[in-house]
Amino acid sequence: MDMLDLKELGVRGVNSVLHDLSKSRAKSYQINNPMGQHSIACGLDATMQVKIEGHVGFYCGGMNQHAEIKVNGHAGVGLAENMMSGRIHVSGNASESAGATAHGGLLVIEGDASSRCGISMKGVDIVVGGSVGHMSAFMAQSGCLVICGDAGDALGDSIYEAIIFVRGKVASLGADCIEKEMRPEHQTKLKELLEASSLQADSTEFRRYGSARTLYNFDVDNADAY
Amino acid sequence: MCGIVGLYLKNVELQAQLGSMFKPMLIEMSSRGPDSAGVAIYRNPVEAGQTKISLAHDDSGFLWETLETNLAASLNCELATSKVANHCILVTDAAETEVISWLQTNYPEVRIVGSGKSIEIFKEVGPPEKVYEQFELEHASGTHMIGHTRMATESAVTTAGSHPFATGADLCLVHNGSLSNHNILRNNLEREGIKFQTENDTEVAGAYMTWKIRSGATLRQALEDGIKEIDGFYTFCIGTQDGFAVVRDPIACKHAVMAETDDWVAMATEFRAIAHLPGSEQARIWEPEPSTIYVWGEQ
Repeated sequence: MDMLDLKELGVRGVNSVLHDLSKSRAKSYQINNPMGQHSIACGLDATMQVKIEGHVGFYCGGMNQHAEIKVNGHAGVGLAENMMSGRIHVSGNASESAGATAHGGLLVIEGDASSRCGISMKGVDIVVGGSVGHMSAFMAQSGCLVICGDAGDALGDSIYEAIIFVRGKVASLGADCIEKEMRPEHQTKLKELLEASSLQADSTEFRRYGSARTLYNFDVDNADAY
Repeated sequence: MCGIVGLYLKNVELQAQLGSMFKPMLIEMSSRGPDSAGVAIYRNPVEAGQTKISLAHDDSGFLWETLETNLAASLNCELATSKVANHCILVTDAAETEVISWLQTNYPEVRIVGSGKSIEIFKEVGPPEKVYEQFELEHASGTHMIGHTRMATESAVTTAGSHPFATGADLCLVHNGSLSNHNILRNNLEREGIKFQTENDTEVAGAYMTWKIRSGATLRQALEDGIKEIDGFYTFCIGTQDGFAVVRDPIACKHAVMAETDDWVAMATEFRAIAHLPGSEQARIWEPEPSTIYVWGEQ
């Protein structure tokens, strides 16, 4: 494993090493002294393991493809934003907008995620060991958001085809988000995600939420409102 | 934009290091606010019957000694002053309202930037590092500090428009965001006898809290009422003589992060400001929730 000292190299220096796709590059890296800096390990585009020892700032792991990133600490705003594939795992809590607009891969947050977790998610799977804040899965289009704790207000507001699993309490559901039947295929998917995330939770204790699909099309009965 | 930072020491043994712990926090937020910076430090509480007033003058050559002599003669009071750059900390046994009224009449160009028992406020245009050094805060000791780095978006880059805003009673407030009902609140508070020095929205929030606390509310009660009455986007960090608080509006879209260890509690717009503190690696770190009041120090 190659060691990268962020204090010495700076964010651009560290990311340049991670972006080097030459054959001689290492397969795994450890980043020390992240000091809450932004955009650490962004734009990775190769199969590699990156371990970050400490707390990271905004946009960590953004646009990730293929790489497996582990953050031993807290993650700031916009964690794994627009991730395409791979895996990002955070041992602590995450600030707002974790997994925003992400298209694929698996994002695991062992602690709590703040507001807007999974906002406009487009295919990523997100597993949160703790609770999520308000407006989570806002306009979520595809993928699964698993919440082992509680969900804040307006969960799944204006949701499309994403699936939300919640074990704890839901403060309130957003517009067009409803509770749905947990069928066997959902149980299977949830078990797979919990297993993949290494978080301990009983899949039978979860409820499923999704779109009522009433906001999909223009309704002529509402014409007078415009 | 703008950056806000706050540090409250739980471990009294660290008080001698307050200024040196706080310095990298403020400087780290320079990129969020390079135009001006300000800090409030709570230290050296004055004795019962005395008031500490922080004053500033745009002219660094201003003769504070003359003001001191004239004020002592006019109000027949005891005075002590200490001058730091273009600021002056004045301690007196005269009534606070009399001193302020005398200053407004006789020295209208002198800005009254803070008052209370412990609070001292220093703010100036320029990069945060320069401002911090100019006020000799690196070796300062005290109990808690609050700071602000400003990127001016809606009003001019002036010292008067710099945070923190202190409106008396040891209270000071720094703010990231913008308020939408500050004009009506300012009118209401003016009717209650509160005087304003600027058109700034943040000063209104500070004045509102001061008014509540002067009316007998605790810091927590003042903030609870503030959530109901103050409209807009905000993350506030607030200091009182003994207290330290953080509160965000119900939408909570202005960044904030908090960290706590056995030794200290810190808040900042971004975690990188807190990362410099000793023990931050093991701190409990979380994003403060909307409409939730976090208070330390005050019962």
